[in-house]
Amino acid sequence: MKHTISVLVENEFGVLARVSGLFSGRGFNIESLSVAPTLEPDLSRITLVTRGDDRILEQINKQLNKLISTIKVIDFTGEEYVERELALIKVSAEAESRAEALRIVDIFRAKVVDVTPKSYTIEITGASAKIDGLIELLRPMGIKEIVRSGPVVMGRGAKGTAG
Amino acid sequence: MELTGSQILLESLQKEGVDTVFGYPGGAVINIYDDLYDSSIEHILTRHEQGAVHAADGYARCTGKVGVIIATSGPGATNTVTGIATAYMDSIPMVIITGQVPTPLIGNDAFQEADMCGITRPCTKHNFLVKDVRDLARTIKEAFYIARTGRPGPVLIDLPKDVQVTKCKFKYPETVSLRGYKPTYSGNSRQIDKAAKMLLRARRPVLYVGGGINLSASNAELLKLAEITQSPVTTTLMAMSGFPQDHPLCLGMLGMHGTFYANMSVTDCDLLIAIGARFDDRVTGRIDSFAQKAKVIHIDIDPTTIKKNVAVDLPIVGDLKDVLGKLCDKLSEQAESLQKLVKNTAKWRETIEEWKQAHPMGYESSDTIIKPQFVIEKVRELTDDNAIISTEVGQHQMWTAQFFQFSQPRTFLTSGGLGTMGFGLPAALGAQVAFPDRQVIDISGDGSFQMNSQELATLVQYKLPVKIVILNNNYLGMVRQWQQMFFDRRYSQTVMELPIDFVKLAEAYGATGLQTSKVADVEKIIKQALETPGPVLMEFKISREENVLPMVPAGKGIHEMVLAS
Ligand SMILES: Cc1ncc(C[n+]2csc(CCOP(=O)(O)OP(=O)(O)O)c2C)c(N)n1
Ligand SMILES: [Mg+2]
Repeated sequence: MKHTISVLVENEFGVLARVSGLFSGRGFNIESLSVAPTLEPDLSRITLVTRGDDRILEQINKQLNKLISTIKVIDFTGEEYVERELALIKVSAEAESRAEALRIVDIFRAKVVDVTPKSYTIEITGASAKIDGLIELLRPMGIKEIVRSGPVVMGRGAKGTAG
Repeated sequence: MELTGSQILLESLQKEGVDTVFGYPGGAVINIYDDLYDSSIEHILTRHEQGAVHAADGYARCTGKVGVIIATSGPGATNTVTGIATAYMDSIPMVIITGQVPTPLIGNDAFQEADMCGITRPCTKHNFLVKDVRDLARTIKEAFYIARTGRPGPVLIDLPKDVQVTKCKFKYPETVSLRGYKPTYSGNSRQIDKAAKMLLRARRPVLYVGGGINLSASNAELLKLAEITQSPVTTTLMAMSGFPQDHPLCLGMLGMHGTFYANMSVTDCDLLIAIGARFDDRVTGRIDSFAQKAKVIHIDIDPTTIKKNVAVDLPIVGDLKDVLGKLCDKLSEQAESLQKLVKNTAKWRETIEEWKQAHPMGYESSDTIIKPQFVIEKVRELTDDNAIISTEVGQHQMWTAQFFQFSQPRTFLTSGGLGTMGFGLPAALGAQVAFPDRQVIDISGDGSFQMNSQELATLVQYKLPVKIVILNNNYLGMVRQWQQMFFDRRYSQTVMELPIDFVKLAEAYGATGLQTSKVADVEKIIKQALETPGPVLMEFKISREENVLPMVPAGKGIHEMVLAS
């Protein structure tokens, strides 16, 4: 099963290598990973998506917690949370497909951020599944390039987690 | 007071109570060595950085203190890696200080540059690169704290040369605050109550004890738990000295070369209490036939060991001393139930006794050829109870575990998790540094001995009277045994073709060498060695194709042992 895990870590030299090395060294998989500083400049948040059964996820959770640089680990699976991913998609758009592309962009509330006579570059934010949906509809027109950020997530409700 | 980085290092070590370090100099640590020149810290110069790390490891294993190593950048630092990985696998506290090229050169492929934080990330508990001298004292404080608390382990500090010479104000921090590191010491009392209930209901309990027992110094609590509940105890390789092997409740070692009765007990028990052990594959054999009839309670300070390899019915995270102490207290409150338990489990102990009678540990003795097990029994007989025994890795190591009958904590130093040949001699060296007046003996194989034999020089230089027993079969015996049993006796690269004159080797270093192939001489030689001052190497030419038995073949359940005939 897919799990989205948020890891609050010390914002220090080598911390990303500790986390990614843990995954590679123990044969856990990482589907996506994003890292950025938080409100507190000496903390970073890593959001990663991984897959595994309960036993593997329990190990991932414990092993992440065991790292000295890790402050908090939250597995959002089964929780109420908001998920957002950003994607940039460069799609072929010539003659009759130009209008069709714009219609799709509209339906998904995406944006065209760069235009050439032969292409559109589309920006979309949303849950990863929504981005998957847009990509499927654009695919027949010829996608030239995709860049996805990997999701970031936040729990719903008034309460925040530190950092 | 303004001090240079290297002075801060030495001052901080002293604040941590370090009086002895092991190491080897070089360009990137020359300033530290200059300050060591008139420091009161004793520095032991080994002949190889790997030797220095194993020596510090041996020192740590027998004292419980943090072992400290200094090595230079590049090759000096990379030479420490096997030693660090060895300590990491066995959870041994140590702090390794490596020199590094000056900070402006880091990343430039400078002379003798190696990315030590990168290289050791997977084999240290934590590591640090100190880029600013103002961070140094705090880093050292944290390194020692991390190394010795929780589940202990090695911590590396990479110290660039420019940081060693830069000055700053020195104040050693009093406290450590690491928001990401707060080991759980106190066991959850509700879980402990449940454990007591489960134990009181058991009919066939077994205590399966690992290296954590020595690391947490909870040997007395374990003994009490075993005795009040009359529960049989089996020890892993790492725990052989953690519970008296001659105790009537002791089943000896379990696993691949475990005793018949330990392996049968684990297979048949209805409650397995894992205490500071980690269900290593050499212990469990085929995992889906391991302790299948048992409910499992797992007590460990490191949550990651719990449910890593086997399902657990009741996890308890905490320090063994705390958890076992509370468990004993809880049980002692219930005298009547305890009595009932002892009665209910009487049949179980009888069954085990029958297994012991049916297949006791033993070997075929001989009057004509030296049996390795016989030498080990003789060494045990002729040494003090508190003698410290180290081993290398191979058949001799397993025979030592099987036949030595350890009785005191921290007297058996062996590389369990990594299985590092070449560990024993430097580890013995470190132990002798820690305890100059105790007997320290390295039980070695002819192959392993040659992996760090250069440390004979260190023994002689520092007048460390380590006694070395080489059980010479002229084979890489353990590998040969596998080849004999599973590869049709095709002895590929396991025959040590060149006979070494170990006596001359010892003498070349200024140590004493003794040697025999006669059974009748064994006792005499051991006595002579123990009476001879300084390091003595004893070479026993043993029966060459002796095997370590029982043995659980790879992929089999631990009850499917090949037994001694
Ligand atoms: C550094 C290292 N290299 C290789 C091995 C694999 N290995 C395990 S036991 C063994 C043979 C050891 O031979 P010896 O020291 O003579 O001991 P014996 O088994 O003959 O008692 C080998 C090669 C190892 N454990 N460690
Ligand atoms: Mg040998």
